[in-house]
Amino acid sequence: MNARKLLPPVAVLVLFGGLWYAVSYLLLDPARRFLLPPPQEVWQVGFADAFNRTELLQGLLYTARVAVTGLAVAVVAGVLVAVLMSQAAWVERSLYPYAVLLQTIPILAIVPVLGFWFGFDFRSRVIVCTVFALFPIITNTLFGLKSAGREMHDLFTLHDASRTVRFRKLQLPAAVPAIFTGFRISGGLAVIGAIVGDFFFRQGDPGLGVLLDVYRQQLRSPELFAALLLASALGILVFWIFGWFGRALTRHWYQPADDRS
Amino acid sequence: MSVASIGEQPRARIGDPVLTFDNVSMTFPDGTEAFRDVSFELRAGEFITIVGPSGCGKSTILRVASGLEKPSSGMAARGTDNIGYVFQDPTLLPWRRVRANVELFAELHGHGATERRGLAEEALRLVGLEGFDRHYPRQLSGGMRMRVSLARSLTLRPRAFLFDEPFAALDEITRQRLNEEVIRLFQSESFGGLFITHSVFEAAFLSTRVLVMSKRPGTLVAEFPVPFTYPRTEELRFDPAFAELSREISGALKEAYR
Ligand SMILES: Nc1ncnc2c1ncn2[C@@H]1O[C@H](COP(=O)(O)OP(=O)(O)OP(=O)(O)O)[C@@H](O)[C@H]1O
Ligand SMILES: [Mg+2]
Repeated sequence: MNARKLLPPVAVLVLFGGLWYAVSYLLLDPARRFLLPPPQEVWQVGFADAFNRTELLQGLLYTARVAVTGLAVAVVAGVLVAVLMSQAAWVERSLYPYAVLLQTIPILAIVPVLGFWFGFDFRSRVIVCTVFALFPIITNTLFGLKSAGREMHDLFTLHDASRTVRFRKLQLPAAVPAIFTGFRISGGLAVIGAIVGDFFFRQGDPGLGVLLDVYRQQLRSPELFAALLLASALGILVFWIFGWFGRALTRHWYQPADDRS
Repeated sequence: MSVASIGEQPRARIGDPVLTFDNVSMTFPDGTEAFRDVSFELRAGEFITIVGPSGCGKSTILRVASGLEKPSSGMAARGTDNIGYVFQDPTLLPWRRVRANVELFAELHGHGATERRGLAEEALRLVGLEGFDRHYPRQLSGGMRMRVSLARSLTLRPRAFLFDEPFAALDEITRQRLNEEVIRLFQSESFGGLFITHSVFEAAFLSTRVLVMSKRPGTLVAEFPVPFTYPRTEELRFDPAFAELSREISGALKEAYR
């Protein structure tokens, strides 16, 4: 990344900070300033204070652990399902409606049910993350595996390529950019899933979601915003890591029309 | 056979049939009748070009000839399993470097790494792309990509070579160069060539025989033997006999559009 690329997001950050200060000091009178404490207060209370810092970073670690585990399960399961779908139309026809269902059911309504079934600790949180992250991985991977054109397939047909050879040498490499797009989207969703899980499940290690809820109830707004910042940072980090890997793997040949790297 | 002997043979000899169409018709499952009662024979050392209105079934003839598509009636017999097929698009795998792309077919046929490498290098030399083996397709021009596509088919030394408007998207100069390239390869390899184009000049320049098809459903409506000897060079284009033949093919083609 060079300076020209870095400048716009930095400018937005400065603007955002300015707006934040403006709201805290100009819009809110001191009595109501807790609604949006200014940045330096968030920093002092949330991160400069050793006790709060430890608590928050501990929460971040737990959340990250849940999100990454859930995402890993979603990656394995999602890619597997997509590969099966790509190999036989009947598998796709049978499974796709249920994959869509994953996306359309009011997920917040089943989260408590997952708790009944699987307990209120780590396992259930991971399952929530997986449910959140699964659909984009399935659809993007499937889209990628089907992205090789008819003539490309004809080439392999003409030379009597077996199903596995076709998969390994054509469909899979063609799918890499789309697969990583799916991972990237799901990375952000897995972090959200981990926090949502925290809101419902109180056993096991408390992640950022638990902290958010506690701070909210106790009106500890600087800590609340510190936790929010950490949660967003985690989402961005996961998103960025997958973006980086995807680009590293395909930079020689894949140039998206709207290259925003 | 050594490929070092390009241009040494004065002319390609006519050999065994590599492709025989006997009253072949093709109707797609959706009811589209692409072509009807097409019969011709292609021998090794012969170069047939088909011209005809857009949508008259030329590409479908090649798909049937290659075995990608089963004809709905008639017999499409291949005298060889070794068929080269070049599409209008170069259809290179963008994630492979040029050499890996050229090696693809040999790879699919189970040739070992050293052998593949040798075949690819030779083929790249034949199409004049030495030194580009480490490039990715997107680093090449359209004409160079087409050469890579040609080279990829050449690695297996096809006995029948199908070309579906391979140079349609290229500029005039590049196209002429590649036409001469195809003629050189035709002479050295004496495959049977079946070429599709919309350009009457290209047809007359390359072929031993030009077939004209009618509108869809396509039937063969005219045939022109091309008497000029190989190797043919750019000069031929300005030969009065060449102009006369082109005019005749053009006339038949206009007729076919009716
Ligand atoms: N798989 C298919 N199913 C149904 N119809 C098809 C199929 N493939 C081609 N056709 C139709 O068959 C006809 C002949 O198609 P074809 O591609 O062979 O024409 P063509 O002569 O190569 O045309 P052009 O010069 O434009 O390349 C067209 O009307 C086309 O729409
Ligand atoms: Mg065509």
